[in-house]
Amino acid sequence: MSGRLSFYRFSSPAAFYPLAGTIGKVSALIAVVLLAIGLYMSFFVAPTDYKQGEGYRIIFIHVPSAWMSMFIYLVMAFWAGIGLVFNTRLSSMMAQALAPTGAIMTFIALWTGAFWGKPMWGAWWVWDARLTSELILFFLYIGFIALQGSIDDTRRADRAGAVLLLVGVVNIPIIYFSVKWWNTLHQGATVSVTEGSSMSTIMLQAMLIMTFAFWAYSVAVAMYRVRSIILEREKDTRWVSELPEVRR
Amino acid sequence: MKARHKRLGFLLVGLVVLGAASWLVFNALGNNLSYFFSPTEVAENKVPADHVFRLGGLVQPGSVERGEQLTVHFDVTDNAHTVKVAYTGILPDLFKEGQGVIAQGRMGPDGIFVADEVLAKHDENYMSPEVADALEKGHQKGIENMAKGNKPL
Repeated sequence: MSGRLSFYRFSSPAAFYPLAGTIGKVSALIAVVLLAIGLYMSFFVAPTDYKQGEGYRIIFIHVPSAWMSMFIYLVMAFWAGIGLVFNTRLSSMMAQALAPTGAIMTFIALWTGAFWGKPMWGAWWVWDARLTSELILFFLYIGFIALQGSIDDTRRADRAGAVLLLVGVVNIPIIYFSVKWWNTLHQGATVSVTEGSSMSTIMLQAMLIMTFAFWAYSVAVAMYRVRSIILEREKDTRWVSELPEVRR
Repeated sequence: MKARHKRLGFLLVGLVVLGAASWLVFNALGNNLSYFFSPTEVAENKVPADHVFRLGGLVQPGSVERGEQLTVHFDVTDNAHTVKVAYTGILPDLFKEGQGVIAQGRMGPDGIFVADEVLAKHDENYMSPEVADALEKGHQKGIENMAKGNKPL
């Protein structure tokens, strides 16, 4: 009984605010350590590819950011759904806090993909199913940020944003399975849960470490951002005015 | 029934309806979302006539002929059917015999596909040159072994 209660306690912004600070600090530390290890492995430990030469090393950035771009969207949609159903203030704030990070991850995935595509395929951009659906994901993030920012009443803004996010969820399986469902220029999945991976172990290890680094980074910045959003939205409450960093 | 149960119901029904709608849409679109046609589809006359389309497949080993003035002739195959391709221009680095390519262009009257753009399609395999070398050697060994009439290793 008490365990259940203490968990729900953190749905209150006042209780979550200090916890978010701690999670943010720890995640930032993990992100820095993993990024250092991951980048060293990507550039110096992982072998050259038999066909693509050194150019393949872009996957150590490209694949983690592409995974995170889809994963963050699902997490945002989850929080938006919770906020819509239970009217909890903090869930909508979480969705809002994750949006810029998701948009950046999508942008990095598209941008590094273009850099890789030019030498390997011979084109910066093609309108195949995988690339197009990932571009739509980028527009969904931008659209969500714009929609939420354009409505002054935060409750209405949260609701409108949540509906947009939930409708856009359809796009995520389309991105993920596009290379399977249709003929695309983009290659199929190298790493898959059901079929294992078709890359050498050291490359895979470097890529997974980079993925966890990106994950920890995303958690860290989302936590710092949600703290700012809490302060902004709850600025008229007593507990905020009593915070040492606010009182001064 | 509490208000939040009602909202949860609306949300779930909405998601199911949305999923069903998009499933129907993508089912109806079918292969129209594909980026290229395979040589088999060309052989079965499923490609648009007198219209630009993309052809995808593997470059048939031993079929690449470099003619005058940068014109390259090669065959694109999906191991069932083959289409002859002519292309004038610079090929991407990954273009090789046995490699996947996507060519954009139209069918000529002589049955030769005239491409104005050729892209290399990469596969999902990543490995070091040493491993690729070892795999290739193992493959050769297997073939020799088979030729001697032995059972596969």
